[in-house]
Amino acid sequence: MNQCYEIGIKSFVLVGITAFILGLVLVMQSRPTMMEFGAGSFLPAMSSISIVREIGPLVTALICAGKIGSGISAELGSMKVTEQIDAMEVSGTNPFKYLVATRIIATTLMIPILTVYADFISLIGAFTGSNIKDDVNLHFYVNRVFEALHFTDIGPSFTKTFFFGFTIGLVGCTKGYNSKKGTEGVGKAANISVVVAMVGVIIIDMVVTQITSMLGYL
Amino acid sequence: MATEINIAPVQEIADNQPVIEIEHLQKAFGSNVVLRDFSLTINKGENLVVMGRSGIGKTILIKCIIGLVKPDGGNLRVFGKDIFKLNHQDLDDMRTRIGFVFQSSALYDSMTVRQNLEFPLRRHRRKKISGTLDELVREALRNVGLENAIDLMPSELSGGMRKRIGIARSVILKPEIILYDEPTTGLDPITSEEITRLIMDLQQKYKTTSIIITHDIALARETANRIVFLSDGIVYKQGTYDELIHDEDMEIKHFFKR
Repeated sequence: MNQCYEIGIKSFVLVGITAFILGLVLVMQSRPTMMEFGAGSFLPAMSSISIVREIGPLVTALICAGKIGSGISAELGSMKVTEQIDAMEVSGTNPFKYLVATRIIATTLMIPILTVYADFISLIGAFTGSNIKDDVNLHFYVNRVFEALHFTDIGPSFTKTFFFGFTIGLVGCTKGYNSKKGTEGVGKAANISVVVAMVGVIIIDMVVTQITSMLGYL
Repeated sequence: MATEINIAPVQEIADNQPVIEIEHLQKAFGSNVVLRDFSLTINKGENLVVMGRSGIGKTILIKCIIGLVKPDGGNLRVFGKDIFKLNHQDLDDMRTRIGFVFQSSALYDSMTVRQNLEFPLRRHRRKKISGTLDELVREALRNVGLENAIDLMPSELSGGMRKRIGIARSVILKPEIILYDEPTTGLDPITSEEITRLIMDLQQKYKTTSIIITHDIALARETANRIVFLSDGIVYKQGTYDELIHDEDMEIKHFFKR
Protein backbone atom coordinates (compact mmCIF):
# COMPACT_ATOMS: atom_id res chain seq x y z
CA MET A 1 0.00 0.00 0.00
CA ASN A 2 2.85 2.33 0.84
CA GLN A 3 4.41 1.74 -2.56
CA CYS A 4 1.03 2.25 -4.29
CA TYR A 5 0.78 5.60 -2.52
CA GLU A 6 4.36 6.58 -3.35
CA ILE A 7 4.12 5.47 -6.95
CA GLY A 8 0.50 6.17 -7.82
CA ILE A 9 -1.08 8.86 -5.69
CA LYS A 10 1.96 11.14 -5.83
CA SER A 11 1.79 11.10 -9.66
CA PHE A 12 -1.85 12.19 -9.87
CA VAL A 13 -1.13 15.92 -10.21
CA LEU A 14 1.51 15.53 -12.93
CA VAL A 15 -0.52 13.01 -14.91
CA GLY A 16 -3.69 15.09 -14.48
CA ILE A 17 -2.16 18.35 -15.72
CA THR A 18 -0.51 16.65 -18.70
CA ALA A 19 -3.66 14.72 -19.63
CA PHE A 20 -5.84 17.84 -19.46
CA ILE A 21 -3.51 19.84 -21.69
CA LEU A 22 -3.19 16.98 -24.20
CA GLY A 23 -6.97 16.60 -24.46
CA LEU A 24 -7.35 20.35 -24.92
CA VAL A 25 -4.59 20.61 -27.53
CA LEU A 26 -5.82 17.53 -29.41
CA VAL A 27 -9.23 19.11 -30.00
CA MET A 28 -7.84 22.57 -30.77
CA GLN A 29 -5.42 21.12 -33.32
CA SER A 30 -7.95 18.78 -34.94
CA ARG A 31 -10.89 21.15 -35.08
CA PRO A 32 -9.87 23.30 -38.13
CA THR A 33 -9.32 20.21 -40.33
CA MET A 34 -12.46 18.49 -39.10
CA MET A 35 -14.49 21.66 -39.72
CA GLU A 36 -13.02 21.98 -43.21
CA PHE A 37 -14.42 18.54 -44.05
CA GLY A 38 -17.72 19.32 -42.34
CA ALA A 39 -17.03 16.75 -39.65
CA GLY A 40 -17.08 19.04 -36.62
CA SER A 41 -19.75 16.94 -34.95
CA PHE A 42 -17.31 14.00 -34.95
CA LEU A 43 -14.84 15.81 -32.72
CA PRO A 44 -16.07 14.18 -29.47
CA ALA A 45 -15.92 10.71 -31.03
CA MET A 46 -12.53 11.28 -32.62
CA SER A 47 -11.00 12.73 -29.45
CA SER A 48 -12.45 10.06 -27.14
CA ILE A 49 -11.23 7.17 -29.32
CA SER A 50 -7.77 8.77 -29.66
CA ILE A 51 -7.54 9.41 -25.96
CA VAL A 52 -8.82 6.06 -24.71
CA ARG A 53 -7.06 3.89 -27.29
CA GLU A 54 -3.69 5.55 -27.50
CA ILE A 55 -2.97 8.93 -25.99
CA GLY A 56 -4.11 8.19 -22.42
CA PRO A 57 -2.29 4.88 -21.91
CA LEU A 58 0.86 5.84 -23.80
CA VAL A 59 1.34 9.30 -22.33
CA THR A 60 0.62 8.03 -18.80
CA ALA A 61 3.14 5.23 -19.26
CA LEU A 62 5.80 7.55 -20.69
CA ILE A 63 5.35 10.07 -17.87
CA CYS A 64 5.55 7.26 -15.32
CA ALA A 65 8.60 5.75 -17.02
CA GLY A 66 10.30 9.10 -16.50
CA LYS A 67 9.03 9.94 -13.04
CA ILE A 68 8.50 6.56 -11.37
CA GLY A 69 11.05 4.44 -13.28
CA SER A 70 13.91 6.83 -12.60
CA GLY A 71 12.77 7.28 -8.99
CA ILE A 72 12.74 3.53 -8.31
CA SER A 73 16.07 3.05 -10.01
CA ALA A 74 17.75 5.92 -8.15
CA GLU A 75 16.29 4.82 -4.81
CA LEU A 76 17.40 1.20 -5.12
CA GLY A 77 20.76 2.22 -6.59
CA SER A 78 21.35 4.56 -3.68
CA MET A 79 20.35 1.84 -1.19
CA LYS A 80 22.80 -0.53 -2.85
CA VAL A 81 25.68 1.97 -2.77
CA THR A 82 25.11 2.80 0.91
CA GLU A 83 24.89 -0.90 1.87
CA GLN A 84 21.23 -0.59 2.94
CA ILE A 85 20.34 -3.62 0.80
CA ASP A 86 23.09 -5.64 2.49
CA ALA A 87 21.80 -4.44 5.87
CA MET A 88 18.35 -5.65 4.94
CA GLU A 89 19.72 -9.03 3.97
CA VAL A 90 21.63 -9.48 7.23
CA SER A 91 18.43 -8.50 9.04
CA GLY A 92 16.95 -11.68 7.58
CA THR A 93 14.83 -9.88 4.98
CA ASN A 94 14.84 -10.94 1.37
CA PRO A 95 15.54 -7.60 -0.38
CA PHE A 96 14.11 -8.90 -3.63
CA LYS A 97 10.74 -9.58 -2.03
CA TYR A 98 10.76 -6.51 0.19
CA LEU A 99 12.05 -3.94 -2.30
CA VAL A 100 11.64 -5.29 -5.83
CA ALA A 101 8.44 -7.35 -5.76
CA THR A 102 6.48 -4.65 -3.90
CA ARG A 103 7.50 -1.98 -6.41
CA ILE A 104 6.72 -4.10 -9.46
CA ILE A 105 3.30 -5.01 -8.04
CA ALA A 106 2.65 -1.34 -7.23
CA THR A 107 3.52 -0.11 -10.75
CA THR A 108 1.54 -2.95 -12.35
CA LEU A 109 -1.55 -1.98 -10.34
CA MET A 110 -1.18 1.79 -10.33
CA ILE A 111 -0.41 2.52 -14.01
CA PRO A 112 -3.86 1.19 -15.11
CA ILE A 113 -5.53 3.31 -12.41
CA LEU A 114 -3.52 6.36 -13.45
CA THR A 115 -4.46 5.68 -17.09
CA VAL A 116 -8.20 5.59 -16.33
CA TYR A 117 -7.77 8.84 -14.41
CA ALA A 118 -5.72 10.36 -17.28
CA ASP A 119 -8.39 9.32 -19.83
CA PHE A 120 -11.07 10.99 -17.74
CA ILE A 121 -9.12 14.23 -17.24
CA SER A 122 -8.08 14.27 -20.90
CA LEU A 123 -11.72 13.97 -21.97
CA ILE A 124 -12.51 16.96 -19.74
CA GLY A 125 -9.65 18.79 -21.48
CA ALA A 126 -11.09 17.82 -24.86
CA PHE A 127 -14.53 19.08 -23.81
CA THR A 128 -12.97 22.36 -22.67
CA GLY A 129 -11.14 22.61 -26.00
CA SER A 130 -14.40 22.04 -27.88
CA ASN A 131 -16.01 24.90 -25.96
CA ILE A 132 -13.33 27.46 -26.73
CA LYS A 133 -14.59 28.06 -30.29
CA ASP A 134 -18.00 26.34 -30.17
CA ASP A 135 -20.75 26.05 -27.62
CA VAL A 136 -20.90 22.30 -26.95
CA ASN A 137 -23.46 20.97 -24.51
CA LEU A 138 -21.99 18.65 -21.86
CA HIS A 139 -24.86 16.19 -22.20
CA PHE A 140 -24.36 16.05 -25.97
CA TYR A 141 -20.60 15.64 -25.57
CA VAL A 142 -20.92 12.79 -23.07
CA ASN A 143 -23.48 11.02 -25.26
CA ARG A 144 -21.24 11.25 -28.32
CA VAL A 145 -18.26 9.96 -26.36
CA PHE A 146 -20.12 6.90 -25.05
CA GLU A 147 -21.67 6.23 -28.46
CA ALA A 148 -18.22 6.20 -30.03
CA LEU A 149 -16.47 4.01 -27.47
CA HIS A 150 -16.85 0.25 -27.56
CA PHE A 151 -15.37 -2.60 -25.57
CA THR A 152 -12.87 -3.17 -28.38
CA ASP A 153 -11.52 0.32 -27.73
CA ILE A 154 -11.39 0.09 -23.97
CA GLY A 155 -10.44 -3.59 -23.38
CA PRO A 156 -7.12 -3.87 -25.25
CA SER A 157 -5.99 -0.38 -24.25
CA PHE A 158 -6.73 -1.06 -20.57
CA THR A 159 -5.05 -4.48 -20.72
CA LYS A 160 -1.84 -3.10 -22.17
CA THR A 161 -1.47 -0.67 -19.25
CA PHE A 162 -0.78 -3.62 -16.92
CA PHE A 163 2.12 -4.60 -19.19
CA PHE A 164 3.30 -0.98 -19.24
CA GLY A 165 3.27 -0.88 -15.44
CA PHE A 166 5.05 -4.21 -15.12
CA THR A 167 7.74 -3.10 -17.59
CA ILE A 168 8.34 0.25 -15.84
CA GLY A 169 8.64 -1.46 -12.44
CA LEU A 170 10.80 -4.30 -13.70
CA VAL A 171 13.23 -2.07 -15.60
CA GLY A 172 13.49 0.48 -12.77
CA CYS A 173 14.13 -2.20 -10.15
CA THR A 174 16.57 -4.22 -12.29
CA LYS A 175 18.68 -1.21 -13.21
CA GLY A 176 18.67 0.19 -9.67
CA TYR A 177 19.30 -3.12 -7.93
CA ASN A 178 22.22 -3.91 -10.24
CA SER A 179 23.72 -0.43 -10.35
CA LYS A 180 27.45 -0.32 -9.91
CA LYS A 181 29.05 1.27 -6.92
CA GLY A 182 29.26 5.02 -6.65
CA THR A 183 26.94 7.95 -7.23
CA GLU A 184 27.86 8.01 -10.92
CA GLY A 185 26.54 4.46 -11.22
CA VAL A 186 23.27 5.47 -9.57
CA GLY A 187 22.82 8.36 -12.02
CA LYS A 188 23.58 6.12 -14.98
CA ALA A 189 21.16 3.46 -13.73
CA ALA A 190 18.36 6.03 -13.40
CA ASN A 191 19.09 7.40 -16.85
CA ILE A 192 19.24 4.01 -18.55
CA SER A 193 16.10 2.79 -16.78
CA VAL A 194 14.11 5.73 -18.22
CA VAL A 195 15.36 5.10 -21.75
CA VAL A 196 14.82 1.32 -21.60
CA ALA A 197 11.38 1.63 -19.97
CA MET A 198 10.22 4.18 -22.57
CA VAL A 199 11.42 2.05 -25.48
CA GLY A 200 9.86 -1.02 -23.81
CA VAL A 201 6.51 0.76 -23.44
CA ILE A 202 6.51 1.82 -27.09
CA ILE A 203 7.42 -1.71 -28.26
CA ILE A 204 4.64 -3.21 -26.10
CA ASP A 205 2.22 -0.64 -27.52
CA MET A 206 3.18 -1.66 -31.04
CA VAL A 207 2.83 -5.37 -30.26
CA VAL A 208 -0.59 -4.91 -28.61
CA THR A 209 -1.76 -2.83 -31.58
CA GLN A 210 -0.66 -5.60 -33.96
CA ILE A 211 -2.40 -8.27 -31.90
CA THR A 212 -5.56 -6.14 -31.65
CA SER A 213 -5.47 -5.68 -35.41
CA MET A 214 -4.97 -9.42 -36.04
CA LEU A 215 -7.96 -10.15 -33.79
CA GLY A 216 -10.04 -7.77 -35.92
CA TYR A 217 -10.60 -5.16 -33.22
CA LEU A 218 -9.18 -2.34 -35.34
CA MET B 1 38.73 20.16 27.72
CA ALA B 2 38.44 16.59 26.51
CA THR B 3 36.22 14.25 28.46
CA GLU B 4 38.07 11.48 30.23
CA ILE B 5 37.07 8.11 28.85
CA ASN B 6 37.31 5.10 31.11
CA ILE B 7 37.34 1.98 29.03
CA ALA B 8 36.50 -1.29 30.73
CA PRO B 9 39.25 -3.94 30.57
CA VAL B 10 39.15 -6.51 27.81
CA GLN B 11 36.98 -9.41 28.86
CA GLU B 12 38.73 -12.67 29.53
CA ILE B 13 37.91 -15.31 26.95
CA ALA B 14 35.24 -17.49 28.53
CA ASP B 15 36.42 -20.78 27.08
CA ASN B 16 37.94 -22.30 24.00
CA GLN B 17 34.66 -23.24 22.42
CA PRO B 18 34.97 -22.25 18.74
CA VAL B 19 32.06 -20.25 17.32
CA ILE B 20 33.57 -19.44 13.93
CA GLU B 21 35.83 -21.89 12.11
CA ILE B 22 37.38 -20.85 8.82
CA GLU B 23 39.46 -23.32 6.82
CA HIS B 24 41.36 -22.54 3.60
CA LEU B 25 38.92 -19.82 2.56
CA GLN B 26 39.42 -18.53 -0.97
CA LYS B 27 37.85 -15.60 -2.76
CA ALA B 28 38.85 -13.82 -5.94
CA PHE B 29 37.25 -11.13 -8.07
CA GLY B 30 38.49 -11.93 -11.56
CA SER B 31 42.26 -11.92 -11.42
CA ASN B 32 42.28 -10.10 -8.06
CA VAL B 33 42.79 -12.80 -5.41
CA VAL B 34 41.51 -11.39 -2.12
CA LEU B 35 41.54 -14.44 0.15
CA ARG B 36 44.06 -17.06 -0.95
CA ASP B 37 44.16 -19.60 1.85
CA PHE B 38 42.67 -18.04 4.93
CA SER B 39 42.23 -20.20 8.03
CA LEU B 40 41.18 -19.01 11.47
CA THR B 41 39.21 -20.09 14.52
CA ILE B 42 37.42 -17.62 16.75
CA ASN B 43 36.41 -18.74 20.23
CA LYS B 44 33.37 -17.84 22.24
CA GLY B 45 33.71 -14.50 24.05
CA GLU B 46 36.80 -13.52 22.08
CA ASN B 47 37.39 -10.02 20.73
CA LEU B 48 39.31 -10.54 17.51
CA VAL B 49 40.66 -7.54 15.64
CA VAL B 50 41.49 -7.98 11.96
CA MET B 51 43.98 -5.50 10.57
CA GLY B 52 45.75 -5.07 7.28
CA ARG B 53 46.16 -2.66 4.41
CA SER B 54 43.15 -1.21 2.62
CA GLY B 55 41.62 -3.42 -0.07
CA ILE B 56 43.27 -6.54 1.32
CA GLY B 57 39.96 -8.36 1.89
CA LYS B 58 39.04 -7.71 5.51
CA THR B 59 35.48 -6.63 4.75
CA ILE B 60 35.07 -9.53 2.31
CA LEU B 61 36.07 -11.87 5.14
CA ILE B 62 33.29 -10.73 7.48
CA LYS B 63 30.81 -10.58 4.60
CA CYS B 64 31.65 -14.24 3.95
CA ILE B 65 31.00 -15.02 7.64
CA ILE B 66 27.49 -13.58 7.47
CA GLY B 67 26.80 -15.08 4.05
CA LEU B 68 26.67 -11.85 2.03
CA VAL B 69 29.59 -12.95 -0.13
CA LYS B 70 30.03 -16.54 -1.22
CA PRO B 71 33.64 -17.75 -1.14
CA ASP B 72 35.14 -19.63 -4.08
CA GLY B 73 36.49 -22.39 -1.88
CA GLY B 74 37.20 -23.56 1.65
CA ASN B 75 35.00 -24.20 4.65
CA LEU B 76 33.29 -21.71 6.91
CA ARG B 77 31.34 -22.91 9.95
CA VAL B 78 29.46 -20.63 12.31
CA PHE B 79 28.15 -22.27 15.50
CA GLY B 80 29.24 -25.55 13.93
CA LYS B 81 27.11 -25.13 10.81
CA ASP B 82 28.35 -24.54 7.28
CA ILE B 83 26.70 -21.22 6.51
CA PHE B 84 26.62 -21.85 2.76
CA LYS B 85 24.77 -25.14 3.11
CA LEU B 86 21.91 -23.66 5.11
CA ASN B 87 18.51 -23.18 3.52
CA HIS B 88 17.04 -19.69 3.41
CA GLN B 89 15.09 -19.99 6.65
CA ASP B 90 18.00 -21.47 8.58
CA LEU B 91 20.32 -18.78 7.20
CA ASP B 92 17.91 -16.07 8.37
CA ASP B 93 17.73 -17.72 11.79
CA MET B 94 21.52 -17.91 11.91
CA ARG B 95 21.73 -14.21 11.04
CA THR B 96 19.63 -13.33 14.09
CA ARG B 97 22.56 -14.64 16.13
CA ILE B 98 25.06 -12.39 14.31
CA GLY B 99 25.07 -8.60 14.36
CA PHE B 100 26.78 -6.66 11.57
CA VAL B 101 27.88 -3.05 11.98
CA PHE B 102 28.46 -1.57 8.53
CA GLN B 103 31.24 0.88 7.79
CA SER B 104 28.69 3.34 6.39
CA SER B 105 26.22 2.50 9.20
CA ALA B 106 23.74 1.56 6.41
CA LEU B 107 20.76 3.12 8.18
CA TYR B 108 17.56 2.99 6.12
CA ASP B 109 17.32 6.64 5.18
CA SER B 110 13.58 6.56 4.46
CA MET B 111 12.87 5.42 8.04
CA THR B 112 13.19 7.15 11.41
CA VAL B 113 15.65 5.87 14.01
CA ARG B 114 12.78 4.05 15.74
CA GLN B 115 11.73 2.33 12.49
CA ASN B 116 15.36 1.43 11.75
CA LEU B 117 15.61 -0.33 15.09
CA GLU B 118 12.19 -1.94 14.85
CA PHE B 119 12.95 -3.36 11.40
CA PRO B 120 15.02 -6.42 12.52
CA LEU B 121 12.55 -7.09 15.36
CA ARG B 122 9.56 -7.06 13.01
CA ARG B 123 11.34 -9.32 10.51
CA HIS B 124 12.36 -11.83 13.18
CA ARG B 125 9.20 -12.36 15.17
CA ARG B 126 10.20 -15.99 15.65
CA LYS B 127 13.17 -15.03 17.80
CA LYS B 128 12.13 -14.95 21.45
CA ILE B 129 13.17 -11.66 23.00
CA SER B 130 11.36 -10.42 26.09
CA GLY B 131 9.86 -6.93 25.94
CA THR B 132 7.64 -4.89 23.67
CA LEU B 133 8.96 -3.27 20.50
CA ASP B 134 9.07 0.11 22.19
CA GLU B 135 10.90 -1.24 25.25
CA LEU B 136 13.49 -3.02 23.12
CA VAL B 137 14.07 0.02 20.92
CA ARG B 138 14.45 2.29 23.94
CA GLU B 139 16.81 -0.16 25.63
CA ALA B 140 18.98 -0.34 22.51
CA LEU B 141 19.07 3.45 22.28
CA ARG B 142 19.84 3.73 25.99
CA ASN B 143 22.80 1.38 25.45
CA VAL B 144 24.27 3.81 22.93
CA GLY B 145 23.23 6.96 24.81
CA LEU B 146 20.89 8.26 22.13
CA GLU B 147 17.40 7.82 23.54
CA ASN B 148 16.50 11.36 22.50
CA ALA B 149 17.19 10.57 18.83
CA ILE B 150 14.33 8.06 18.60
CA ASP B 151 12.18 10.09 16.20
CA LEU B 152 14.95 11.65 14.12
CA MET B 153 15.67 10.74 10.50
CA PRO B 154 19.17 9.42 9.65
CA SER B 155 19.85 12.60 7.66
CA GLU B 156 19.52 14.58 10.91
CA LEU B 157 22.26 12.57 12.67
CA SER B 158 25.98 13.30 12.86
CA GLY B 159 28.55 10.70 11.74
CA GLY B 160 29.15 9.51 15.31
CA MET B 161 25.42 9.29 16.02
CA ARG B 162 24.87 7.26 12.85
CA LYS B 163 27.58 4.82 13.97
CA ARG B 164 25.94 4.47 17.37
CA ILE B 165 22.50 3.90 15.88
CA GLY B 166 24.05 1.36 13.50
CA ILE B 167 25.52 -0.45 16.51
CA ALA B 168 22.19 -0.21 18.39
CA ARG B 169 20.37 -1.80 15.42
CA SER B 170 22.97 -4.57 15.25
CA VAL B 171 22.62 -5.51 18.92
CA ILE B 172 18.85 -5.19 19.20
CA LEU B 173 18.34 -8.91 18.51
CA LYS B 174 20.88 -9.72 21.26
CA PRO B 175 23.31 -11.45 18.90
CA GLU B 176 26.02 -13.79 20.13
CA ILE B 177 28.53 -12.56 17.54
CA ILE B 178 29.00 -8.97 16.39
CA LEU B 179 30.98 -8.13 13.26
CA TYR B 180 32.23 -4.54 13.15
CA ASP B 181 33.40 -3.13 9.83
CA GLU B 182 35.68 -0.19 10.61
CA PRO B 183 33.51 1.24 13.39
CA THR B 184 35.67 4.32 14.02
CA THR B 185 36.62 5.25 10.45
CA GLY B 186 35.94 8.90 9.69
CA LEU B 187 35.34 9.88 13.31
CA ASP B 188 37.28 12.34 15.44
CA PRO B 189 39.51 10.89 18.21
CA ILE B 190 37.04 11.65 21.02
CA THR B 191 34.08 10.08 19.20
CA SER B 192 36.34 7.13 18.29
CA GLU B 193 37.07 6.64 21.98
CA GLU B 194 33.38 6.78 22.76
CA ILE B 195 32.67 4.13 20.13
CA THR B 196 35.52 2.02 21.54
CA ARG B 197 34.01 2.28 25.02
CA LEU B 198 30.60 1.43 23.62
CA ILE B 199 31.97 -1.71 21.93
CA MET B 200 33.55 -2.78 25.21
CA ASP B 201 30.42 -2.01 27.24
CA LEU B 202 28.25 -4.04 24.87
CA GLN B 203 30.66 -6.94 25.00
CA GLN B 204 30.62 -6.86 28.79
CA LYS B 205 26.83 -6.59 28.90
CA TYR B 206 25.89 -9.21 26.32
CA LYS B 207 29.00 -11.45 26.52
CA THR B 208 29.36 -11.38 22.76
CA THR B 209 32.09 -12.63 20.48
CA SER B 210 33.35 -9.81 18.28
CA ILE B 211 35.32 -9.47 15.09
CA ILE B 212 36.44 -5.91 14.58
CA ILE B 213 37.87 -4.77 11.27
CA THR B 214 39.86 -1.62 11.82
CA HIS B 215 42.90 0.48 11.01
CA ASP B 216 42.55 2.28 14.33
CA ILE B 217 45.53 1.22 16.45
CA ALA B 218 43.97 2.67 19.62
CA LEU B 219 40.77 0.69 19.07
CA ALA B 220 42.79 -2.48 18.48
CA ARG B 221 44.85 -1.88 21.61
CA GLU B 222 41.79 -1.35 23.80
CA THR B 223 39.53 -4.09 22.49
CA ALA B 224 41.60 -6.97 21.14
CA ASN B 225 42.18 -10.30 22.84
CA ARG B 226 43.95 -11.22 19.65
CA ILE B 227 44.93 -9.33 16.50
CA VAL B 228 45.10 -11.02 13.11
CA PHE B 229 47.13 -9.28 10.45
CA LEU B 230 45.82 -10.09 7.01
CA SER B 231 48.16 -9.88 4.07
CA ASP B 232 48.33 -11.52 0.66
CA GLY B 233 45.07 -13.39 1.34
CA ILE B 234 46.34 -15.28 4.38
CA VAL B 235 46.77 -14.81 8.13
CA TYR B 236 50.17 -13.16 7.89
CA LYS B 237 50.67 -12.73 11.65
CA GLN B 238 48.55 -13.08 14.73
CA GLY B 239 48.98 -12.44 18.43
CA THR B 240 48.13 -10.01 21.18
CA TYR B 241 48.63 -6.30 20.71
CA ASP B 242 51.86 -6.40 22.70
CA GLU B 243 53.21 -9.30 20.64
CA LEU B 244 52.53 -7.55 17.35
CA ILE B 245 53.77 -4.18 18.47
CA HIS B 246 57.14 -5.78 19.26
CA ASP B 247 57.24 -7.98 16.15
CA GLU B 248 60.35 -7.47 14.04
CA ASP B 249 58.68 -8.18 10.69
CA MET B 250 59.06 -5.10 8.48
CA GLU B 251 55.47 -5.06 7.23
CA ILE B 252 54.10 -5.30 10.78
CA LYS B 253 56.56 -2.67 12.01
CA HIS B 254 55.63 -0.38 9.14
CA PHE B 255 51.90 -0.86 9.81
CA PHE B 256 52.25 -0.02 13.48
CA LYS B 257 54.66 2.80 12.51
CA ARG B 258 57.50 1.92 14.85
